[in-house]
Amino acid sequence: MFSEYTASELGAIFAMQGFAGLILFSVFVLMALGLAIIFGQMGVINMAHGEFMILGAYVTYLVSNLFGDHMPVLFSGYFFVAMILAFMAAGALGMFVEWAMIRHLYKRPLDTLLATWGLSLILQQIYRSVFGAREVGVTIPDWMMGSLPLTDMIEVPINGIFVMILAVSISAGVYVMMYRSRWGQQVRAINNNRQMADAVGINTALTDRMTFGIGCGVAGVAGSAFTMIGSTGPTAGQQYIVDTFLVVVFGGAGSLLGTIASAFSISQAQSIMEFFLSGSMAKVLTLLTVVGILMLRPQGLFSLKLRK
Amino acid sequence: MLDMTNPKYVLMVEGLTVSFDGFKAVNDLSFYVEPNECRVIIGPNGAGKTTVLDLICGRTKATSGNVAFKGADLLKMREDQIVHAGVGRKFQTSSVYEDLSVFANLELSFPKGHGVFGALFFQRDDEVKARIEEIAEMIFLAEHLTQKAAFLSHGQKQWLEIGMLLIQDPELLMLDEPVAGMSVAERKKTAELLNRIIADRSVIVIEHDMGFVADIATRVTVLHQGKVLSEGSMEHVQNDPRVVEVYLGH
Amino acid sequence: MKTHSHAFLSPRDMIGFALLAAVIFVVFPMLLEPFRLNLFGKYLTYAFVAVGLVLCWGVGGILSLGQGVFFGLGGYCMAMFLKLEASSPENTAIQSTPGIPDFMDWNQLSALPWWWEPFSSFAFTIFAVIAVPVAFSYIIGMAMFRRRVGGVYFAIITQAIAAILTILIIGQQGFTGGVNGITDLRTLHGWDIRTDEAKTALYFVNGVLLFAVLLVAQFVRKSKLGRLLIAMRDQEDRVRFSGYDVANFKIFVFCLGAAFAAIGGAMFTLQVGFMSPSFVGIVPSIEMVIFAAVGGRLSILGAVWGTLLVNWAKTSFSESFPELWLLGLGALFIAVVMAFPNGLAAVWAEQIEPRLLKLTRRGTKPLPNATPAE
Repeated sequence: MFSEYTASELGAIFAMQGFAGLILFSVFVLMALGLAIIFGQMGVINMAHGEFMILGAYVTYLVSNLFGDHMPVLFSGYFFVAMILAFMAAGALGMFVEWAMIRHLYKRPLDTLLATWGLSLILQQIYRSVFGAREVGVTIPDWMMGSLPLTDMIEVPINGIFVMILAVSISAGVYVMMYRSRWGQQVRAINNNRQMADAVGINTALTDRMTFGIGCGVAGVAGSAFTMIGSTGPTAGQQYIVDTFLVVVFGGAGSLLGTIASAFSISQAQSIMEFFLSGSMAKVLTLLTVVGILMLRPQGLFSLKLRK
Repeated sequence: MLDMTNPKYVLMVEGLTVSFDGFKAVNDLSFYVEPNECRVIIGPNGAGKTTVLDLICGRTKATSGNVAFKGADLLKMREDQIVHAGVGRKFQTSSVYEDLSVFANLELSFPKGHGVFGALFFQRDDEVKARIEEIAEMIFLAEHLTQKAAFLSHGQKQWLEIGMLLIQDPELLMLDEPVAGMSVAERKKTAELLNRIIADRSVIVIEHDMGFVADIATRVTVLHQGKVLSEGSMEHVQNDPRVVEVYLGH
Repeated sequence: MKTHSHAFLSPRDMIGFALLAAVIFVVFPMLLEPFRLNLFGKYLTYAFVAVGLVLCWGVGGILSLGQGVFFGLGGYCMAMFLKLEASSPENTAIQSTPGIPDFMDWNQLSALPWWWEPFSSFAFTIFAVIAVPVAFSYIIGMAMFRRRVGGVYFAIITQAIAAILTILIIGQQGFTGGVNGITDLRTLHGWDIRTDEAKTALYFVNGVLLFAVLLVAQFVRKSKLGRLLIAMRDQEDRVRFSGYDVANFKIFVFCLGAAFAAIGGAMFTLQVGFMSPSFVGIVPSIEMVIFAAVGGRLSILGAVWGTLLVNWAKTSFSESFPELWLLGLGALFIAVVMAFPNGLAAVWAEQIEPRLLKLTRRGTKPLPNATPAE
């Protein structure tokens, strides 16, 4: 297998696979971050997370059409508007869902799982009715198309770089919010001791709602990014949901750094294996490895502390 | 390393330490319990008393040290294996099975049918019933066998829990504040009960009520900040100035 | 929960079983023509999974979102046997390699893979239908429960396993028939399973097996093991201190649920005539959970009723209002979790039964406790 390529070709192949992996990694990070916030900080499993992502993708689609039809001059900048709107739309829906459903189920994580699955079915059907069952394509602005040549053998797609920068900035943003802002402080206080947090005057209900909303909002932004690597359809959210959960669990719930590390390893493993094996076997092996490691180390590979 | 199978002691704790993120709740603790001894552990709050019991019965994992019960290394065993070895532990807060009747609570603790197939084919035969009734009699709950445990008074729940331990016939019984929250009358009855059951086994009790302690103790160990501060008979400990300063007051 | 009579079948249980038996063995066959009867037979194969889930999830607190894996493994074992029988050299004379299943031929396989060989024996197949899923669930259970992984983590991992198996089956189409599954099954030991008479006969066999499974489930429920499972569900740590190795019990009930699901899968293959990965993955697995939830997660009879009801609704809605069906199913998940956590069985026990008892002038007896049927 390897003997067919020269050393520098192999190097280029690994590098390009590595970059492809990095793009995949960025998407995983964006998807997993939203889920990690919700699961890690609140213990809630949101099976409709993929659908919040797709909402962001659909919003991006709508914005691209809007700009394309009415403001073609500004088209190259539409993406940033789309991301902001995606965040807000998904966040607003998330807050509504938290108010209507999630807040009644905090002590029952398995039931939350089932209820959010029901929500995902409903959302999928709504998307199907509103946008049609077929997938919609989002037109990427010109400056995002094409590739940047790094060396004479290695080329990196521009939209991939964009997604990576996005992932990094949002991760940094979430980190800052979680560990430097008042909101983040309150979330961590509630996580540690809800009763005391209530007693010292933290509005736990509102904080919970905001946390859930922000987690969903991040998913919406992930959906925006997703439009660049995949097509948007009512069931597209289902494709990555298992991967996203595994990334979060593998990274050790409650650890943002763990989530990032886990997203990195899983995405790299998968894209490198994809080169040598068929797509489906690569996926199977990656998932099997993750599940296998989880069976040996259930607290996740990257969790930092384990108290009995 | 000391010989852990010394027959003089039924329980040997040596150098037991547990660290939670750097905080040593129990710090290089050592003590030895003889057969048929009633050892009472006292000390201020936060001294590590409950943690010691947690470590012995397997609820918390020790960071270092040795615990040997009749020669068996408890630190290497699972909670249920420790129970089968003959160590019974009563918790500070009531932990009976609230949804089940008194009878069912005792039946669950009956030392037969602990394996999967044993439990599947377990029959509630006369032997089981007789033993349950016998224990119920001892813990003053003979009239309440069909009552749901949730409806028992606090004191009765404590008795039920003691009964659930008794029915397993442990050689080492560990009781965490058995009379907390009990009325004076209930305390007297509990003291009677404990004096009866102590006769056949070794007991470790954590308590704050000094009158009660004086009633039942063979020896007293005083814990402070995870270490043994003083140890000996009740008088010895009561007159130890360090204990007076830290705990008993002037 | 009131401690009910510890008899294997209380009078109330017996009435419940009798009612279900009457409906399955008398009412349905009388009212339904063979096509519809076969359809209900298919629904009843899902009920095997739902009953297993009552034990695992309702009683034991173990939510498995991957029961389709065991349903599928049982179904595929049976399908492999039937496919080998249907792929006799005479039937497959036109293939490049006669004597092997058609999909293998299409995928340019020239010989039967070694692990297909044993499935030419019916005895081995029956053994494998149970043994393979149970072995699989045993491994998963050992890996998870020994390390005290439960709750949500366990549910997600079962999902991942369902996804893995689905991708594997679809990807390895030469060995498994791929996304279409193993189809065109014809005879069982020469007996044509596609005729109306055969389907009716299989319906009754299915019914009998379902009752056998129900009785086993009832036995487990009423035993000390059943009571222990409930105690472990609610106070796992406390049960350890009563001297029980919790992991073993969880492994047992998980394997039992897998065995039940596998029998259902095999009967599905026999009655419907094929098995495909669309019954193995995440979506069908979680649907099987809703069958148990609707019926009442603590009621084994309720699980059967719930399965029948939800599937009948699915068929009816999908025929007339397909968009409404997904909305309805989603709403059902939410409604069951938020408003009816103990499902139809609780509605029955709390609302309907007391009124019925009052009507039949047994009002002098105290009304039964508001608890779901056991």
